[in-house]
Amino acid sequence: MNGTDTTFDTTTLWIVIAGLAIGSYALRFAFIGLVGNRAMPDWLMRHLRYTAVAVIPALVAPLVVWPAPTAGEPSLIHFTAAALTFGVATLTRNVLLAMASGACCLWGLMYLLG
Amino acid sequence: MTISTVKSAFWKGIRDSAPFILVAGPFGLLFGVLAAEAGLNVAEAFAFSLAVFAGSAQFTALQLMQEHTPTVIVLISALAVNLRVAMYSASLTPYLGDAPLWQRACAAYLTVDQAYALSMVEFERRDDWGTRERMAYFFGTNGLVAPFWMAATVTGALVGASIPESLGLDFVLPIAFLAMIGPMLRTPAHVVACFTACAVALPAALLPYNLGLIVAGLAGMMAGAQAELWLAQRAAPQAETTHK
Repeated sequence: MNGTDTTFDTTTLWIVIAGLAIGSYALRFAFIGLVGNRAMPDWLMRHLRYTAVAVIPALVAPLVVWPAPTAGEPSLIHFTAAALTFGVATLTRNVLLAMASGACCLWGLMYLLG
Repeated sequence: MTISTVKSAFWKGIRDSAPFILVAGPFGLLFGVLAAEAGLNVAEAFAFSLAVFAGSAQFTALQLMQEHTPTVIVLISALAVNLRVAMYSASLTPYLGDAPLWQRACAAYLTVDQAYALSMVEFERRDDWGTRERMAYFFGTNGLVAPFWMAATVTGALVGASIPESLGLDFVLPIAFLAMIGPMLRTPAHVVACFTACAVALPAALLPYNLGLIVAGLAGMMAGAQAELWLAQRAAPQAETTHK
């Protein structure tokens, strides 16, 4: 289990928690608290619209192609479970159903093939 | 309803948000379980959820910390995932901007997906509501969901340590992220952003310190923004009359 047996130290953890707490709050407070009703430049809003839909796939793509549980070896089981999750999520727009399908597929295949 | 009191707006927020505990519950639970697997104790997992209160950013940070990513990159990446709350904040401002500072400060902490989505629908419909009713409704949408999310995190962290490693939990996080992407693909531009980011992320994974994530994320954002412009230009002849 490549991904989970190496833990990080407590100091790092608390720096991340504090940094994210302050950063997230600043993002949320920026407009409602400080900027008021001033309009944001169009080009900035246009890029901000795509942050989550770009960063999350960028995070997940390498994890699917080189999965942590196999120490980075490409694996048919993990790829299939990932593809099914994405397919169900895109077709049904139902996050929970997609997660359940993906998890069942993963554990089913691990039981059958692993 | 002609006379809306502040109290009834709050309770309406509670009622409207009730279905969302079905989302917040499992996600909070999953965060607690994965945090425990990553070596966090119950207090640390709870502090994480309480202080940050942003599911996808928390999952991102957890994943990257396990990959021993430099702290600065962890922070930038997780905050980038959470940039959408800045947009929420911006679009709520016309409705809540007149409230006292302490209320706006509390509302800022509670600016999350379901509170934003429910409130925008309701605020646009209710032109009889003043700032006080709107603020009450906004707090109501978090009245159930926020405590539920915290409680689920703690529950997950308590049981997480006893789940055997053979269950392959370190692939549950990618599955959770993939499930979250589906509903985000609302327009062709979102699809372009998503697949550009994936295509860049694979070769960029060779970059040190997980910098590939930031490079691929920026590439996806730029592709999405360009696609939006391009699609708008193509649609311009028809849309000219309605959108100008």
